[in-house]
Amino acid sequence: MTWETVIGLEVHVELATKSKIFCGCSTEFGGAPNTHCCPVCAGMPGTLPVLNKKVLEYALVAGIALGCKINRYNKFDRKNYFYPDLPKAYQISQLYLPFARDGRVEYVTRSGQKKVARIREIHMEEDAGKLIHSPYGDVSYPDFNRCGVPLIEIVSEPDFRDSEEVLGYLMWLKSTFEYLGISDVRMEEGSMRADINLSVRPGGSDRFGVRTEMKNINSFKAIERAIIDESKRQIELLEAGGRVIQETRKWDDNKGRSFSMRTKENAQDYRYFPEPNIPPILISEELLRTLAERQPELAHEKRERYIREYGLSDYDAGLLTEKKALAELFERTADLCSDPKETANWMLGDMMYLMNRDSVTAEELNIDPAQFADFVIAVRNGIINRTVAKSVFEKIFASHDFNVAKYIEENNLRQIDDAGRIRRIASEVIAENPKTVAQYKSGKTKVFAFFIGQTMRRLQGKANPSLVNEIVTELLNHAD
Amino acid sequence: MRTAKEIVEYVAELSRIKLDEDETEKMIKELGEVIEYMDILQGLDTEGVEPMSHVFPITNVMREDEVTPSFEREDILRNAPERTDETLVVPKTIE
Ligand SMILES: [Zn+2]
Repeated sequence: MTWETVIGLEVHVELATKSKIFCGCSTEFGGAPNTHCCPVCAGMPGTLPVLNKKVLEYALVAGIALGCKINRYNKFDRKNYFYPDLPKAYQISQLYLPFARDGRVEYVTRSGQKKVARIREIHMEEDAGKLIHSPYGDVSYPDFNRCGVPLIEIVSEPDFRDSEEVLGYLMWLKSTFEYLGISDVRMEEGSMRADINLSVRPGGSDRFGVRTEMKNINSFKAIERAIIDESKRQIELLEAGGRVIQETRKWDDNKGRSFSMRTKENAQDYRYFPEPNIPPILISEELLRTLAERQPELAHEKRERYIREYGLSDYDAGLLTEKKALAELFERTADLCSDPKETANWMLGDMMYLMNRDSVTAEELNIDPAQFADFVIAVRNGIINRTVAKSVFEKIFASHDFNVAKYIEENNLRQIDDAGRIRRIASEVIAENPKTVAQYKSGKTKVFAFFIGQTMRRLQGKANPSLVNEIVTELLNHAD
Repeated sequence: MRTAKEIVEYVAELSRIKLDEDETEKMIKELGEVIEYMDILQGLDTEGVEPMSHVFPITNVMREDEVTPSFEREDILRNAPERTDETLVVPKTIE
């Protein structure tokens, strides 16, 4: 029997506001424990939370980008649960009226397939703190710095069938939020994390199987592994005649498997009720219109435009637009040199190779668009040839403070277009290697490259390659 | 339908509160009175009445996104029964 995996996602994204959702404490990552706290976020009795305007704005921007219907009347609710990382013993969230509903995301998977994921809802809530567990005793140490950091939770419909689709969707979210500037979307710092709801069913069935939930997985690699492993576990269980229990499982990425958390059923009773401290929020038509108008061109829109306007392949356009920093470098350079195709080629080839070799992220790139553009023009106009260009590009990659024109002049790197000089050198090479010439004459034409290489080397690699080709061909065909 | 005793024990469990026999009895009585009162309210005809989420007719109370100084850590931690220089100390809780 074939099995189909069905996955729904709950993605938590921390919003990049300066202050917390209900108080003025800083949201900065990595402060000393409990130094970004006040009575509001540390859950002292009698305090009054006040909503951060920017949180609402960022949340709405996300809702619009994900094609959701925005609720005009918004309220918050209390989700009650008892856990030491949550000093209030409740989380302020939105249950009854999430601010956004019924969205739709069109994304592209790694293998280039277009897919659609429906968004059930997005709501605003506050993050909890972090527990540091003592390795030496039966105690934990709570750090409340993350308490009250604003989050949105994006709940999808169960529209994913494998890890490739899940990763395609998550990449879409990540680059969209990066372009919108509403989140750092750094998975390693926990500013984007996913809960995975997964079930399996016989192929062709339209009923859902019993699902399990794996919470807070925070790397793409771990998400992929967790999905593959959990599908396999459920299928093996069912094929052996067992049944899947609805439960929360913890994914242990080091061990490469998940474990049942065996929490009591009681723990799921959140006893939601309306949050009395925060008055309702009305969202005006005008605010929605302003935010929609302000929305920048997003990654998937750029991708389509690059294909349309610059004739790039879908894959190449995807690579250039996934990170905002890359798209900006591309557009500014292409604009200055009026040669998007050549700019794209250098970015996708040599630049990505160097980024990979030196472990440089898109955000860390230090290339000056003006110098990059001068470089593209120099290559296009044959001022330097492609062999020389590779080494010049490495200089541009290494330093923001680099002058292409000056470097070419000072190091005498200009392409040699002097046909007489090339002919003289090529003749020398041919005269000095009679045996190789004889081989060429006898039909072993692979040695042709030898003459090109030798001639190029004697001209320090700077000669015009097509001219060298032409001259060497001519000389060989006329040699005796 | 759960008995009053079961409800009290369940709520205590959710709140991580330990009640002895006397306290449980007391809570059954007190909580019972609250629930009885709720039953009276349940009997009212609320057909077509919007649920009220707020007592005051105010909306859109918000603040600008500005960082204000946090409290001294000492002030956040000082009332805790058990603490280190940096954090509270709680029983080890691993979900
Ligand atoms: Zn605070």
